[in-house]
Amino acid sequence: MKRVVITGMGTLSPLGNNVEDYYKNLINGVSGIDYITKFDASTMKVKIAGEIKNFVPEDILTKREIRRTDLVTQYALIAADEAIKMANLENIDMDRIGVIVASGIGGINTWEEQHEILLNESPDRVSPFFIPMMIINSVSGYISIKHGFKGPNYAIASACASGGHAIADSYNQIILDNADVMICGGSEAALTKLAFAGFIALQALSTKNDEPQKASRPFDADRDGFIMSEGSGILVIESYEHAKKRGAEILGEITGYGYNDDAFHITAPIESGEGPAKCMKLALDRSKRKPEEVQYINAHGTSTKLNDQMETRAIKTAFNEHADNLLISSTKSMTGHLLGAASAIEAIATIMTIKNGIVPPTINYEKKDPECDLNYVPNEAVKKDIDFALSNSFGFGGHNVSLAFSKFNG
Amino acid sequence: MSEVFDFVKNLLVENMQVEEGKINMDANIIEDLGADSLDIMDIVNDIEKQYDITIPQEQYENLKTVGDVVNFVESKMK
Repeated sequence: MKRVVITGMGTLSPLGNNVEDYYKNLINGVSGIDYITKFDASTMKVKIAGEIKNFVPEDILTKREIRRTDLVTQYALIAADEAIKMANLENIDMDRIGVIVASGIGGINTWEEQHEILLNESPDRVSPFFIPMMIINSVSGYISIKHGFKGPNYAIASACASGGHAIADSYNQIILDNADVMICGGSEAALTKLAFAGFIALQALSTKNDEPQKASRPFDADRDGFIMSEGSGILVIESYEHAKKRGAEILGEITGYGYNDDAFHITAPIESGEGPAKCMKLALDRSKRKPEEVQYINAHGTSTKLNDQMETRAIKTAFNEHADNLLISSTKSMTGHLLGAASAIEAIATIMTIKNGIVPPTINYEKKDPECDLNYVPNEAVKKDIDFALSNSFGFGGHNVSLAFSKFNG
Repeated sequence: MSEVFDFVKNLLVENMQVEEGKINMDANIIEDLGADSLDIMDIVNDIEKQYDITIPQEQYENLKTVGDVVNFVESKMK
């Protein structure tokens, strides 16, 4: 069977607008959360989020591209630009390069803007760009238009597991020999009034408005919800033979994935964690690895009461006594929750951890929750050579994804 | 040149990044200035809003050059 390796990565995140800055801030325990500046949140119950800072799309995109694309596509195009440059994708058969970039929500900025025009002006004033800017698959479509990639191309939506499904399905495209190279990951730009109000109505968000940097506190006893964030994470993955033949630098290997569903509730995770536990086992089975070989898990760890308890239970079920040996961290403690892009930026965090041997911490871990009693790498990064790791993502709809990454050992 | 010409020229520069020097009354919007069907609809949308007129879809095929657009808009304004 083919092996699949990672040869490029790119990101725009609340912790930095490239992979190097992002990882540096992760291992330094920096929080990217602050007060919302994108809209007036004074009437909202939640006033904090993880925004992209210093966003200058003109550095990478033409004015015409900016005019024709929603922010969700712009974020992905910019992250893809970094990943594609890193992978040095030149002189490759364009028919054999595909794109699967996911989003949980899609072009909701455009949606809200155009809806106001419909209500306040007239149906005739709605932009012809509305539909092509708003649909989720525009993201993958524009990446192919900009770079000429003519292989498999579509989008995936599975809420907060979207990016993970995109990476797993891209792995499949290579295994199935539909492509040699896949551009994959997720993008999200849902820091809008409406999306925000919706998540507030669901009581999913932290209301710790007084201390933005301390609000995302996965596994801590005082956690009270997640922090909405925005950005994109993009990977370039390819078959090992292809990467070797063209002399590409190999950053790590995707050894497998698991995906399944809780079949339980549209927003709540199943308390026992049985779905995610099975999902992690599926990732191990496909990777032909034993539970004892896992050293690090980048947790879904949203900082909601339910998720973090459930995920702890799931890890114990999947790993038995080895659960106590695992280093587990939630980088969402620093980035907040990028929804459909979360899995993709966390895949990048996991690969960088394997590559550099420094495990990012879970910050704001101060008070122990008796239901969460594993090693969450509290507050300080840990130096440890990591050979094999998992990255978990779970989404509304009961969708679970676990990605398995390994050091590339030749 | 007319005020309408200046408005259309500005749209082509701002929306599509057309070089200003290429824009004259005889320039074909698709062939000479590189517009696609979405650009045309976008420009029409902005013109309709600016001058509070309606440009029926069946007119689009008659609006090939910048001059066609300017003359059509001016005829509607009279």
